[in-house]
Amino acid sequence: MRYAYFPGCSAESTARDQYMSTLAVAERLGIELVEPKGWTCCGSTPAHQVNHDLAAALAAANLVKVRDMGLEMVVSCASCYSRMKMANHEIQSNPQTRKIVGEALGTDYDGSVRVRHFIEIILEDLGIKAFKKALTASLNGMNVASYYGCLLVRPNDITGFDDAENPVYMDTIINAMGGTGIDWPHKVECCGASLTLTRPELVTTLSGSIVDMAAESGADCIAVACPMCQINLDMRQNDYGKKHGSRYDLPVLYITQLMGMCLGLSDGNLGLGKLINSPRELKAKVAHHE
Amino acid sequence: MRRNIFQETRHMPIRITNAKTEDRLLNRVTDLSGIAVDTCLQCRKCSNGCPVARHSDSSPSEIIRLLQLHADSRVLDLDMIWACASCETCYGRCPMKINMADVMDSLRVVAVEKGAKKPAGNMPLMNRLLTGTMNRFGRTYDLAAMMLYKAGTFTYLRDTSKFPMILSKGKIALLPPRGADTKTVRRIFKKLKSARKK
Repeated sequence: MRYAYFPGCSAESTARDQYMSTLAVAERLGIELVEPKGWTCCGSTPAHQVNHDLAAALAAANLVKVRDMGLEMVVSCASCYSRMKMANHEIQSNPQTRKIVGEALGTDYDGSVRVRHFIEIILEDLGIKAFKKALTASLNGMNVASYYGCLLVRPNDITGFDDAENPVYMDTIINAMGGTGIDWPHKVECCGASLTLTRPELVTTLSGSIVDMAAESGADCIAVACPMCQINLDMRQNDYGKKHGSRYDLPVLYITQLMGMCLGLSDGNLGLGKLINSPRELKAKVAHHE
Repeated sequence: MRRNIFQETRHMPIRITNAKTEDRLLNRVTDLSGIAVDTCLQCRKCSNGCPVARHSDSSPSEIIRLLQLHADSRVLDLDMIWACASCETCYGRCPMKINMADVMDSLRVVAVEKGAKKPAGNMPLMNRLLTGTMNRFGRTYDLAAMMLYKAGTFTYLRDTSKFPMILSKGKIALLPPRGADTKTVRRIFKKLKSARKK
């Protein structure tokens, strides 16, 4: 299995741990990830707020690089994933956009490069059986709240990821690892995303109420697949607790970090030291096979 | 906390713009987004599912109603345009498939163009700074954008309690990104300066 892997800007900054754990897990599972040379920003939130053609072209610049490699694109950041899918959609559905993007890039692009999330690769290409075979440890009944957020699942007619209202992909992986993907109501609520830079109070309210619901539903930790979700839930839960007279210390891990723990990868390889709420107690729960 | 602008201004006649048809906000939004805003049925599924409406001054369905009524002067200064997190819950549930997040993007473009009131948090400044780093380095340099933003909005002290943790855990890259194909990115920025009619 060979894919072009698009790391995204946060892989070099706020989500270095997601990047490290994705690469480590892929290597352990025999999935080859090749980075497109000179990859550039997908446009993220600011580009689409300013100009939709700019957003489509910035994403398409990378899709063209992957097209020339003759591979499918794999993404681990939910925001990059969404921008790539949106660009493909706009280019395919609007000939004018295709023309303008083509002129800006200096090459025509038809919007046909397939974009996948790393979770989709595990479930749809590798298969849950092969994944289970590679495991060297079990989550040992740990209660995990899978938090999907917005950009993987919405708008579902464009991203096509699992289900818009009740996704179960991450839960499937957690259950396969011997954990319990708990049933809880905030799987696809919004954490406030990039508003964290401009409206921190609003994000504290949104992210905090998600953490609060996970805690109330009996979660030992939260699993995420998006750099914005991770930093917001991890960093803002303390502020929310102070405001509401309670304390939270719920670890918020990338699903790839949980996978790595069950594949026998070291803490350093998974970037566990970068988590704000320590996963120490979780690690004690993980049971290693004989 | 949430204001209901219809209740507050119930005795005030809604001022319908006397702008020429093509200058009306509804038409500008349709031009920019390619979305037929006038097909909205006012079922309010969008507003009921919206995570930020209850913390802001309006809601998605209310904004569409104001556009339909051509009450243009009421729309561009709304906090809701900038509080929207583009989570797409509205679009996902809309029976008429109106992409409200795209409508919000178009309203932001017009608000900046017309020099509307600076929104809380000054998102337009953040957008300029972040796209600036993309143009310069080919990738986002979040630390630089954040520092310049703090200087531009006089919010040096906000979230300072988090700095030691962020630095000690290496949660953010200190040096600018390297290795990106900046030539292509600069070409894109040069060619696509402003939003166009769709």
